[in-house]
Amino acid sequence: MSNEAVLHAHSDLAHGAHDDHHHEHHHHETFISKYVFSQDHKMIAKQFLITGMVWAILGGLMSVFFRLQLGYPESTFPWLEDILGKWAKGGRISDEAYYALVTTHGTVLVFFVLTAGLSGTFANFLIPLQIGARDMASPFMNMLSYWFFFAASIVMLSSMFVETGPFSGGWTAYPPLSALGDASKGSKTGMDLWLIAMALFVVSSLLGGLNYIATILNMRTKGMSMTRMPLTIWALFFTAVLGVLSFPVLFSGFILLIFDRNFGTSFYLSDIFITGVGALPNEGGSAILYQHLFWFLGHPEVYIILLPAMGMASEILSVNSRKPIFGYMAMVGSLFAIAILAFLVWAHHMFVTGLNPFLGSIFVLLTLLIAVPSAIKVFNWLTTLWRGNIRFTPGMLFAIGFVSLFISGGLTGIWLGNSALDIHLHDTYFVIAHFHIVMGVASMFGMFAGVYHWFPKMYGRYLNNSLAYIHFWVTLAGAYLIFWPMHYEGLAGMPRRYYDYSNWESFKQFLELNRFISTVAIIVFAVQLLFLFNFFYSIFKGRKVTTQNPWQSNTLEWTTPINPGHGNWPGEIPEVHRWAYDYGKDGHDFIPQTTPVGADESHH
Amino acid sequence: MTMFLTIAVIVLIFVVIFQIAKASEYVSVLKGEEVSRKQNNKINGFLMIVFLVLGLIGVWYCNKLYYGKTLLPHGSASVEGERVDSMLWVTLAVTGIVFVLTQIILFWFAYKYQETEKRKVFFFPHSNTLELIWTIIPAVTLTVLVIIGLRNWFLFTGEPPQNAAVVEVTGKQFGWIFRYPGKDGAFGKKYFRNIDPANNVLGLIWEDELSHDDIVTEQTLYLVKGRPVKLIIGSRDVIHDVGLSHFRLKMDAVPGIPTTMWFTPKYTTKEMKEITGNPNFVYEISCDQMCGNGHYSMKGVIEVVEQAEYDLYMAKQKPNYLDVFPDKDPAAAKADTTKTVAAKTADTAAKAAAKL
Repeated sequence: MSNEAVLHAHSDLAHGAHDDHHHEHHHHETFISKYVFSQDHKMIAKQFLITGMVWAILGGLMSVFFRLQLGYPESTFPWLEDILGKWAKGGRISDEAYYALVTTHGTVLVFFVLTAGLSGTFANFLIPLQIGARDMASPFMNMLSYWFFFAASIVMLSSMFVETGPFSGGWTAYPPLSALGDASKGSKTGMDLWLIAMALFVVSSLLGGLNYIATILNMRTKGMSMTRMPLTIWALFFTAVLGVLSFPVLFSGFILLIFDRNFGTSFYLSDIFITGVGALPNEGGSAILYQHLFWFLGHPEVYIILLPAMGMASEILSVNSRKPIFGYMAMVGSLFAIAILAFLVWAHHMFVTGLNPFLGSIFVLLTLLIAVPSAIKVFNWLTTLWRGNIRFTPGMLFAIGFVSLFISGGLTGIWLGNSALDIHLHDTYFVIAHFHIVMGVASMFGMFAGVYHWFPKMYGRYLNNSLAYIHFWVTLAGAYLIFWPMHYEGLAGMPRRYYDYSNWESFKQFLELNRFISTVAIIVFAVQLLFLFNFFYSIFKGRKVTTQNPWQSNTLEWTTPINPGHGNWPGEIPEVHRWAYDYGKDGHDFIPQTTPVGADESHH
Repeated sequence: MTMFLTIAVIVLIFVVIFQIAKASEYVSVLKGEEVSRKQNNKINGFLMIVFLVLGLIGVWYCNKLYYGKTLLPHGSASVEGERVDSMLWVTLAVTGIVFVLTQIILFWFAYKYQETEKRKVFFFPHSNTLELIWTIIPAVTLTVLVIIGLRNWFLFTGEPPQNAAVVEVTGKQFGWIFRYPGKDGAFGKKYFRNIDPANNVLGLIWEDELSHDDIVTEQTLYLVKGRPVKLIIGSRDVIHDVGLSHFRLKMDAVPGIPTTMWFTPKYTTKEMKEITGNPNFVYEISCDQMCGNGHYSMKGVIEVVEQAEYDLYMAKQKPNYLDVFPDKDPAAAKADTTKTVAAKTADTAAKAAAKL
């Protein structure tokens, strides 16, 4: 019996007899309950996605502004003053504004775009649809998760309009700089708002994460054993576990910082003399304590960002190669290994803080160990492509781009994870190149892949393909043109977070290169606007999806109606009989998970 | 005006791209979606190989343009830094080979296995042998890298040789303060509440006699070529970082927690001018840890000189103690007691003012 028939049969049955899950015909949804305070996981996913997009544009625009300063330190742009006011007097961004932009760019992109925007969107959207559940374990908590994120967004946004400016001490917010308003203007009101926003964000993450874990563990449909789950779900599961275990530690770090800032404690402060203020009363604190607490989240955070992208890339590569993902169990195992190791490597961000060298050596070992599961993943992806029959859908292109970027950025991790090299390269442009490629752009590519692949499910329409191809090729080439040369700047020892290099005999030789990088960054930013236009235009005017399963995919979300209502399946939830990757088996192009295993089927 | 023109041009370009994209979508619907999908597939498959070739050429070209601007052509200016460089080359060789191979495989597979009617896909869900191979090879390679790395790491962070000079480096917003131990070879105690921006920038405790010959300078640090030096690093306010890119080392300056680092300068500043061919060459200390709005201007200079020149320089320096108590200066032995009292009173007054 085909899947279609199963659905129809149940649908008729449901209409005839009892029906307690059917919403769409029975109770009317208002605009508020459908689009604003929605408890439908699909709507919440869209809310996360669009809020994430707004932040991506703001964060990207900030990088354009500070790239202008880096590329054209001698020039003035009068229109900058029109936009930024006193932060760009005479058309040149002030050092204060530069640092505020750099800091906010980092915070926003890491947390609001690549955490909330990425796993918020796809965990919400895909978990119930791919495991066969009507909604999250707690739709209400899920709704709260979004609205806490929204509140965090509002507070973060408002910090940009206070007189002393937003926080400007780098996204890592190391005290004492972040604790002392006298040491930096941005550490005054701006930092208070930054901390409040981040605290709200942690709450949002925890509410979301607990929900994802509960849903995956308890609400899988009949037959959906853990080892039959698509890799997206495994990745989102480990992501949620990482978040739930590490965000509270970050939160504790923030609480102590709040105490040091406002209530006169000395958790992080000791032996400080501020020019113009004098000696501070604090003694006995440790500035390094904060770094431990911060990076205990900070490093898992990298994987919170990366794992969903890995999961989606695995799924999309397999679907569009028309071939099973190679080494499913190894993929799950390596995700698990990465999740465990993610908790044991945080101090590799702290090799040059005066950390005990022996402790440092343990962290070198554990850090380089992560390269093993990462290598397994890469080779498995490559083998998935081998002897496939590849369809270059936009989602597939971005998934391939993801693999390329993950390789490029991952390999430089082997440099930086080795403390004796890090001692030279730490906090130079080499680091910027490394983490932007492997965490920033690669995860962005995973996110784009997800958006292009599941857009038809989200909105019942397609994105425009030609725009998508332009978007992909320009972004891929642009990403390499921007970040590849930065390795060379790093090898010259050029420090990050410098407003101007022209006074430095050792670093001023890269002005021309910086100009080139800035130009490419502006072009790439413009192409992202093209994507946004495509996105919003296609929501309303895109080509309509006419078949239930446009990518001929095995997973459960494509068994729902083209525009699923709240509850996802009109009838009973389909039963699962196999794993998600039976592509090209026994001469069949694809065998959906809902198809029972035939008697004559081969075993693998 | 130009701004509006620019915006107009950008918008125009956007509209044109969008119209073309829209039109191509209509064409594809007319042609039949399956047919146009296959055409697009061919184009993108071809672009994969184009990207690979252009990308590899780009990697080569980028290296040609910028290799000379890095620190690598001249080698390390410290003996220990040579180990960083050699380790860097080994790591580059390993990661470089993997990079080129995997990128070629990725884009080549994408091109080669693009969809055709003829191909029947190979159902290949797993292979223990293959997976074992690419678990073990990376693990072994990484072990080698870890061993090389840790041997260097323990050398860098271990004890310096016996004959090492010791200098204290203190960061502040936004500059560097250096302290040499003076003739007695030992530093006097200090306490941050004693800091007086006027004449006791480190807060030295004068009751401790060891502090009396400590020499405190700002901005420029003098080191002797060929003599190992151990830096004791601290900060007066926020976290800074002593970045010595020519020596291939760096270490954070943390308030309240001293850190150390040692190295052996190989070339004098003068020699480096010749080696680099840059007459303006100086060893710069860059602050590598975000420390406030003046972070980018927090520069120090290291002058590496021969022993004789160093001795000459040191002979000219006056201990900080004598700045505060000029009457103790044997060179100005004529000072009377009233002056001392006056100096002391002024000192206490300044301290009190600083605390306020």
